[in-house]
Amino acid sequence: MEHHSTATVRQPLILGEKTYHQISEDISRPIEGKANKLFKVVFTISALLALWGVGCFAYTIGTGIGVWGLNKTVGWAWDITNFVWWVGIGHAGTLISAILLLFRQRWRMSINRSAEAMTIFAVICAALFPVMHMGRVWCAYWVLPLPNQFGSLWVNFNSPLLWDVFAISTYFSVSLVFWYTGLIPDFATIRDRQMKPRMRKIYNILSFGWSGSAKQWSRFEEVSLVLAGLSTPLVLSVHTIVSMDFATSVIPGWHTTIFPPYFVAGAIFSGFAMVLTLLIIMRKVLHLEDYITIQHVELMNKIIILTGSIVGVAYLTELFTSWYSGVEYEQYAFLNRATGPYWWSYWSMMTCNVITPQLFWFKKIRKSFIATFIISIFVNIGMWFERFVIIVTSLHRDYLPSSWTMFHPTFVDIGIFIGTIGIFFTLFLIFSRTFPVIALSELKTIMKTTSENPKQPHH
Amino acid sequence: MSNSKKYWKGIEELQETPEFVKLQQNEFAEELPVDKFLGDESIVDTSTNRRDFLKFLGFSVTAASLAACETPVRKAIPYLNKPEEITPGVANYYASTYWDGNDFAGVLVKTREGRPIKVDGNELCSITKGGSHARVQASVLSLYDSARIKGAMMNGKESDWKAVDAEVSSKLASIAAAGGAVRILTSSLISPSMKSAIAEFSVKYPTTQVITYDTISYKGIADANLASFGKSFIPTYNFDKADFIVGIGCDFLANWLSPVEHARQYAATRKLNKDEKKMSRHVQIESLLTVTGSNADKRIAVKPSQLGLSVVNLYNKLTGSSLPSKSLDTKDAAIAELAKELNAAKGKALVVCGSNDANIQQVVNAINTHLGAYGSTINKDVEDYTRQGNDAAVNALVAEMAAGKVGALLIHNVNPVYTLPNGAAFKDALSKVSLSVSFADRVDETAAACKIVAPDHHYLESWTDANPRKGHYALGQPTINPLFGTRQVLESLLTWAGNTTNAHDYISKVWETTVYPSSTGFLSFNDFWFRSLHDGVMASAAAASVVAEPVVSALPESIKITTTAIPAPVAATVINGDISGAASAIVAKAGKASGIELVVYQKTGAGVGNQANNPWLQELPDPITKVTWDNYVLMNPEEMKEKGFNTLMGQEQMADVVEVKSGSATATLPVVAQPGLPKGVVAIALGYGRTAAGKTANGIGANAFPFVSFTEGTYNYIASGVTVSESKDKYQIAATQTHHTMMGREIVKEATLAEYKKDSKAGNEDLLYATNLTTTKIEGKATAKELDLWGSFENKNHFWNMAIDLNSCIGCGSCVISCTAENNVPVVGKDEVRRSREMHWMRIDRYYSSDMNEEVAEKEGVGAIDKFLKMEVPSSADTIEVVFQPVMCQHCNHAPCETVCPVLATTHSLEGLNQMTYNRCIGTRYCANNCPYKVRRFNWFRYNENVEFDFNMYDDLGKMVLNPDVTVRSRGVMEKCSMCVQRIQAGKLEAKKNSSRPKDGSIKTACQQACPTNAITFGDFNDQQSEVRKAWNNERKYQLLEEVGTQPSVFYLTKIRNKSANEA
Repeated sequence: MEHHSTATVRQPLILGEKTYHQISEDISRPIEGKANKLFKVVFTISALLALWGVGCFAYTIGTGIGVWGLNKTVGWAWDITNFVWWVGIGHAGTLISAILLLFRQRWRMSINRSAEAMTIFAVICAALFPVMHMGRVWCAYWVLPLPNQFGSLWVNFNSPLLWDVFAISTYFSVSLVFWYTGLIPDFATIRDRQMKPRMRKIYNILSFGWSGSAKQWSRFEEVSLVLAGLSTPLVLSVHTIVSMDFATSVIPGWHTTIFPPYFVAGAIFSGFAMVLTLLIIMRKVLHLEDYITIQHVELMNKIIILTGSIVGVAYLTELFTSWYSGVEYEQYAFLNRATGPYWWSYWSMMTCNVITPQLFWFKKIRKSFIATFIISIFVNIGMWFERFVIIVTSLHRDYLPSSWTMFHPTFVDIGIFIGTIGIFFTLFLIFSRTFPVIALSELKTIMKTTSENPKQPHH
Repeated sequence: MSNSKKYWKGIEELQETPEFVKLQQNEFAEELPVDKFLGDESIVDTSTNRRDFLKFLGFSVTAASLAACETPVRKAIPYLNKPEEITPGVANYYASTYWDGNDFAGVLVKTREGRPIKVDGNELCSITKGGSHARVQASVLSLYDSARIKGAMMNGKESDWKAVDAEVSSKLASIAAAGGAVRILTSSLISPSMKSAIAEFSVKYPTTQVITYDTISYKGIADANLASFGKSFIPTYNFDKADFIVGIGCDFLANWLSPVEHARQYAATRKLNKDEKKMSRHVQIESLLTVTGSNADKRIAVKPSQLGLSVVNLYNKLTGSSLPSKSLDTKDAAIAELAKELNAAKGKALVVCGSNDANIQQVVNAINTHLGAYGSTINKDVEDYTRQGNDAAVNALVAEMAAGKVGALLIHNVNPVYTLPNGAAFKDALSKVSLSVSFADRVDETAAACKIVAPDHHYLESWTDANPRKGHYALGQPTINPLFGTRQVLESLLTWAGNTTNAHDYISKVWETTVYPSSTGFLSFNDFWFRSLHDGVMASAAAASVVAEPVVSALPESIKITTTAIPAPVAATVINGDISGAASAIVAKAGKASGIELVVYQKTGAGVGNQANNPWLQELPDPITKVTWDNYVLMNPEEMKEKGFNTLMGQEQMADVVEVKSGSATATLPVVAQPGLPKGVVAIALGYGRTAAGKTANGIGANAFPFVSFTEGTYNYIASGVTVSESKDKYQIAATQTHHTMMGREIVKEATLAEYKKDSKAGNEDLLYATNLTTTKIEGKATAKELDLWGSFENKNHFWNMAIDLNSCIGCGSCVISCTAENNVPVVGKDEVRRSREMHWMRIDRYYSSDMNEEVAEKEGVGAIDKFLKMEVPSSADTIEVVFQPVMCQHCNHAPCETVCPVLATTHSLEGLNQMTYNRCIGTRYCANNCPYKVRRFNWFRYNENVEFDFNMYDDLGKMVLNPDVTVRSRGVMEKCSMCVQRIQAGKLEAKKNSSRPKDGSIKTACQQACPTNAITFGDFNDQQSEVRKAWNNERKYQLLEEVGTQPSVFYLTKIRNKSANEA
């Protein structure tokens, strides 16, 4: 029986002449080895940033939301911008593992684990904001429909913010379970390789005592498929619902039916950008060059072109719709975005999100790690600005000019944002040294079909 | 070696005898007779062992410490004997009288559990008729000012009244004995009792002279009247009888003479309805854009020096005479047009002028005489007694003091060191006075320089009476026991005069002998007195016209009170004086004007600065500039651009600081753009730059009083030849509104009277939208309401609605203070206001007109970007128009805020109110974001009991002003206008007690109650006869942002301007 590996149409996904054992070796290395100096430095910086963020959060809780730059007109700014940005970033993981799984895209196998981890951590960072932005964060549990003795008080199912609560918590739990399910056989591999009894015990617990029996494998496959099926609609629903926070409102610039698809595309766009940013670093640092190859990067870049173009079209559609609507408030809102006092944020967004990804039409750029890395950073920045533009420039000049004002961030606003980046990287760095960063068992299944190893022993 | 050492307690231990080893196991070497010692042998037999004991101990300690964790108990001490008139939870109202030397008002004071918490206008007061000024509204907070003096002071140290009385009496006696001058410097005395007391004082100290000093002088009018009519007096004005009103440099709606009364009268001439489509026409000639000028149908902007010329030119055009004059160039045509219009309105016209130049006022008198205003729109017979100041006498006093000729000086109700243009000289001269007494309530600039401070009660602690105008008598009563060891001036003067009668008895005696005889229909004085006390004004309507002049006229000849005297009534002969001479003087004076000209003016909040330490007033945005917490130099924006100054306001937009110099007076202040102000003119507000008013006021702005000049016997509030320096520094201004135009949006709907006459819906055409026939089943176009997707609320019982007549609202801001007082709205301070975080539940939006609009853009082919940029620029000084719009929660029936709150903290009531449940709110601010009107206010910090917000809610005294019916909001929750739901509930309960429904008008919101022009109508929409229902049916009715589909319960009536054909 001939294999695809002999076909010249497709590049192999695993480079180097790998054996099954070698894959285990390569992936387990970071877990088993000692951290190098670079790791320690990066980890310290991330942890310090995270601590700074925690300090800013504490200061906010202790003093009041007034330590942020918000005001009577602009009630949300960096808080919800960061929230939407992080949720968006959290989209790639599930998309890669669920949708690409359903589409039988095998190249996802090298990247899905870390993309999913990124999702989990991004969602954690995201979830911090809707909680922390509350004036009375100690009452945050009131958004849950809990039976209570406050006089039969219930939540408001009309509120998109409540939908958010359900959407984010569902997405987080499903992503977590999906991610963890995939990790079980790999934890077992790590366990089997461990020499230290304590570590062995820990990994044994983490792997739920996985023994690798045929029945377990079959159940594993089933669960994975079911979870993939469950996650797929979530990829679309979460950001749809997040977009409804804005779309269902009456504020010009928010009240737009285009938001759900536009937000989902934007989320995937930003998620892939963040995956690229992380993986390009990770493959170098953890020596995974053979597993995360230029082909992976190129494929992701193609998705970035697609979603980036969708986002670009959405921006232009918004402009057209506002003009075509004939509604003076809408027209002004969009004109103000582009030419008002926050013009720089609009044009940053346009440049980063619409223009830079178009460079990927050039094969040379698409196939360059450095160029991809730079553009992915641009996209990350652009997507942050997109949310800032939507939230702040719509609010700061809405219906009555008497209330128009500006938003200026304070050091706490900035501190919290940087803090969540710190939290994100701290978690990711811990992940990279304790978890198998590539789905070992899955990757081994494609060894035969798409690797550079010519000496396939069994035929 | 050393560590091998061993210590032992006894020889047994060393030898380790078996007994010792055995005993060593026990805790005590021998059995302790504990039980015997405790005297209870049976303890040995109990089942309670040591472990149980420890359990009990542990439990008790835990229980005790848990009990200690309870929240601190705050004392709520019940009355031992409940006063008959006080029921906790039920407010008592007392009529009283406000007079601070600048504003007069009959007031109704609301007290709760013995504390005054709100001051409103007294409807029985024929002057204010229930309206009130922002400064009067805020006066209740000044009662609880911790900067007030707690007792008598001598030589800058605390003292006691006995010592002070002894010192003052002996000194006065010795000064009087030696023939030394005793002077009382006071604001206009309108209290008959005070005059009587001063008379008694003068008898005891015959060298006494009273010098009357009005902080803002009106002497020019009095002098002009002396020249015109042979009598020095200030008349009263009947704006309500005028069809044509001309204001010349006169802010009669907000600050001039009797603003609340004028505003009410003025608004009465501008009420419109279907049957009566006529209104007065108002033309304003002025420099500074004032509240009054903002309301004018036509505004002619001139330089301050040209005001006099405008008056003369107007006279010439009106009468065809040719007084010496000078052309006003571009303004001549407008004045000629005005004269033509005025002549047509003869007999129903009124010209008022704010100048304090007697010459100008004399020509104004001539104009009014020509127009037949006397007897119709100006009442010469009912004289106003609130401005009797004699500027020359004040100036003479300073000289007299400096010469060391004054033995004793008693200063009452004025702060000359701060308010006199030569305040510094006054201060120096004061040191030469051997006995200087101040009656100030705080160690203000003047009191600090006085040897003795005999602090007066706050008016809410005092018995007072007043005779503000001929025939009008008012009483003031205390509404709280004196908070501190202060004493009423009246009693101080009487004490020093050797009379120990208390204020109440004294006033009632004065009334018995002077006021009572003119009353009719009372069996006894007691009847009359209690009725008058209850009403706050002299009982019996019949008594209004003729009242014998009180005691003052019976003073011995030797005691001269140098007020603008009140001589016996003279026949209203028109002398008209030498107007030609006056005109020549005006022209000469105008000719001298050069360079930049300056106007000093009063702001609605600051006034003359006597309540500067009142944080409510400091935070009240100026009606025109919307700036809080500061005074500044106003300048034309185009001129500012030429000079390179920043014209924009914003959170991070720093204003340029300049030094303004005029003669010896200087002020270093930020420059703020004021559209409508002609080029070459700057303006500075009075009332700032206090140095000894208290923590809130000290150090804010600069004092503009030194710019006031004393010329030709009067204080003048304009100057010329002023220099304005280059920008020296940057300064942050805090304004509540930083965008000034409507950006071409239909926010305030407006039409001209002519258009309105033709079509009642002028300017308020229905907004119609194309429909989709299949989904809406409506053919053709439909209104926003018809295109509604929502189910509607059923308001079966009550449905509370509010109508705001934009044609009546003058933008004065009384409602804002009233709302603050009623609803415990926190003061947040300048820095928070700068961050756009003011907490006011209601605001008055002020929009300037812009020369750019859709039509102009289309005609001139201006692109969209340019169009909007130009729309942001207000019109030029000559064409600017201003509109005001009070905005509070609109209580939408399809409220965008209600749907988005995740926890249902904001909901709709069955009575149509949008209610906010503070203790359910978790503070997501989604509601505020989704509010198209941006009326929701978030508690960014804890504003009460927080040292960062050191205003009235931080100190124990200031907290006494809080309304116990309204929750003080905690940090992190949203708040907004509740439509005074506490008042609605109270009104409903009151009606319920009588088994009836609330009568229309019986429930009033705080803003409505304060409004001097009755612009706000509140009531039950379901009551077909209610005023608010009638307003709803008015064709001028519209809802703000109707197209958003929010269906507010608050609605507006369009503004109509009475423009002449060629203006429209």
